Amino acid sequence: MSIFKHHAKLETNVFFLAVGILLTVIVGGLVEVVPLFTIESTIEKVEGVRPYSPLEQAGRDIYVREGCYNCHSQMVRPFKDEVERYGHYSLAAESKYDHPFQWGSKRTGPDLARVGGKYTDDWHTRHLINPRDVVPESIMPGYRHLLRPLDTSTIQANLQTLAVVGVPYTADQIKNAKADLVEQASSDSADAAVAARYPKAKMGDFDGNPKVVSEMDALVAYLQVLGTMVDFTTVKPESIRR
Amino acid sequence: MSSNTDATRYCEDVVKKFVLAAIFWGVVGFLAGDFIAWQLAFPALNLDLEWTSFGRLRPVHTSAVIFAFGGNILFSTSLYVVQRTSRAELFGGRGLGNFIFWNFQALIVVAALTYVLGFTSGQEYAEPEWWIDLWLTVIWVAYLIAFAGTIMKRKEPHIYVANWFFFSMILTVAMLHLGNNLAVPAALFGGSLMKSYNVFGGVQNAMTQWWYGHNAVGFFLTAGFLAMMYYFVPKRAERPVYSYRLSIVHFWALIFLYIWAGPHHLHYTALPDWAQTLGMTFSIMLWMPSWGGMINGLMTLSGAWDKLRTDPVMRFLVTSVAFYGMSTFEGPMMSIKAVNSLSHYTDWTVGHVHSGALGWVAFVTFGSLYYLVPKLWGRKEVYSLKLVGTHFWVATIGVVLYITAMWISGIMQGLMWRAYDSMGFLQYSFIETVEAMHPYYVIRALGGLLFVLGALVMVYNFVKTIKGDVAEESLAPAASGAR
Repeated sequence: MSIFKHHAKLETNVFFLAVGILLTVIVGGLVEVVPLFTIESTIEKVEGVRPYSPLEQAGRDIYVREGCYNCHSQMVRPFKDEVERYGHYSLAAESKYDHPFQWGSKRTGPDLARVGGKYTDDWHTRHLINPRDVVPESIMPGYRHLLRPLDTSTIQANLQTLAVVGVPYTADQIKNAKADLVEQASSDSADAAVAARYPKAKMGDFDGNPKVVSEMDALVAYLQVLGTMVDFTTVKPESIRR
Repeated sequence: MSSNTDATRYCEDVVKKFVLAAIFWGVVGFLAGDFIAWQLAFPALNLDLEWTSFGRLRPVHTSAVIFAFGGNILFSTSLYVVQRTSRAELFGGRGLGNFIFWNFQALIVVAALTYVLGFTSGQEYAEPEWWIDLWLTVIWVAYLIAFAGTIMKRKEPHIYVANWFFFSMILTVAMLHLGNNLAVPAALFGGSLMKSYNVFGGVQNAMTQWWYGHNAVGFFLTAGFLAMMYYFVPKRAERPVYSYRLSIVHFWALIFLYIWAGPHHLHYTALPDWAQTLGMTFSIMLWMPSWGGMINGLMTLSGAWDKLRTDPVMRFLVTSVAFYGMSTFEGPMMSIKAVNSLSHYTDWTVGHVHSGALGWVAFVTFGSLYYLVPKLWGRKEVYSLKLVGTHFWVATIGVVLYITAMWISGIMQGLMWRAYDSMGFLQYSFIETVEAMHPYYVIRALGGLLFVLGALVMVYNFVKTIKGDVAEESLAPAASGAR
């Protein structure tokens, strides 16, 4: 067959072979990846999704650092059992400010996309220190080291970097990053400045130790906001249909 | 294919180093994997230290086996094969080879240390932070130059089929690595040198990550290892490749289709349905070129099937191709959305990956190494073929224990998650499904242990081979039926 004869051109010239390979492997990406940036319905139009507060973002960085994604997903699939177990199925809009995404690929532990508000701060803290204290059969590692003070020196630079990759932090939010972080972890006042900049941010001391802003405070603040930004009682079906 | 007896000088010093590094990192990676397997069975093994938790060690395991073990074996075999089949000395010679070698080994150590210390980009199989990614890019470009340069120096008119596969691996991995690791370092704004944020977020990041992730499997662990099959199976069987035309068709089909398969990791997620359906469709189509490769490998044994009985090295190679066939059937099946709704997030996926990784990737590597090590160190044969047979059976039983345990635990957990009782309530709490996994996690860890033990038998065999020893049973004429 002549097509095989023509193949000799490719297998006798390394440049032709390279070009052939590159053209062949680039197609899939162009068709599958690129439209996700251009098709508007990719991300649903729902109210409520805001950038993470500095404390929540610091907690998210810890979540990434500890590799929680190796055992926990953050993506509820639209099945009856999952919706009953975890809550409303996840929307793309809910993770649009997640750099990197943490949807995960394995549920050695349960999905965490909607863990926010399900347990108390105290439960989370005790669970993270030693999971078997609250769930005897758990196989999760303990994270006692999270009780150490949180390094707040990098939060402003981190928010600024996130702004560059597309998270809509305002100049005001970036400038006040560190102050907002500390305030969220130590104030109960609803009219704190951080609450105005990050609507519905959960305030207070998360780990039961008001003297230090710990890594535990940050991680628990992050866990408590997961899946709570969109109020599904007000979401219209047509806004999430695609 | 050129003969080994012509006058061309080959640069084998670097190849030897990569071989030794692959063996070393292989054992390290298998041990790390087995350790974290025991952690899942007995959580006290996490030691409650930040550096030893499952979450930090799992990337050490995956990177060690994929990139350190797999990477070194790809470097060694590709640089060996490209010289032999081109009848040309390595482009750049020892200097360039050593540059690649030492940089790559240093990178492995640094990457592993950063994971343990908690520096990660948080994307599976692409965890290294931004400057390690840049460093790897430099190494990879040097590798491309060495490989393509050697092809350009060739004295053979045609580029041998194994080199197409290696070349597609090198080029595509470069594209994937750069595409998936586009990140902005926080250090640009006075933040930590060890922190960056990917330019993509949410659903787009999910797609780029699995476009990368699935093709780390498709190109690094498949195309590169098929290249090894295309050289070492014909060599060991002393038969030509079964079909030249089949190799052309399956090569282009494989590299075209693989790229599309990523979304099957994102079924029923917030990724738009059209992308999921495309991913599923191409994943199913991928079955055909995958089996094209399997058929080409297996049929190369036409007329030499008796070697399967007499030569344990051939047994490794053939079994690897059989595992390749099995896992490339299982993969497309699991990519069907209805099947995936059960299998996703469970151990079934873990079992599937390991039937490919242990049964195919590691076995084809062992078979190739048993051919390559005696060749490189100028021995007639490996120290003891009997020990090769021991390695084969110990490892095979290990793999079978591993994947059957994961089939059972995965399917069971998937079914438990969706089970309802007669009152219409969910029948099991999540933690009950975790408890039910325990016996299978123990069996899996035992299977992994057997796999490690088999690898240690191989190490012993190679130490003796390199020293120049010959086992007594290989000297006795009656027992040397293998030859």
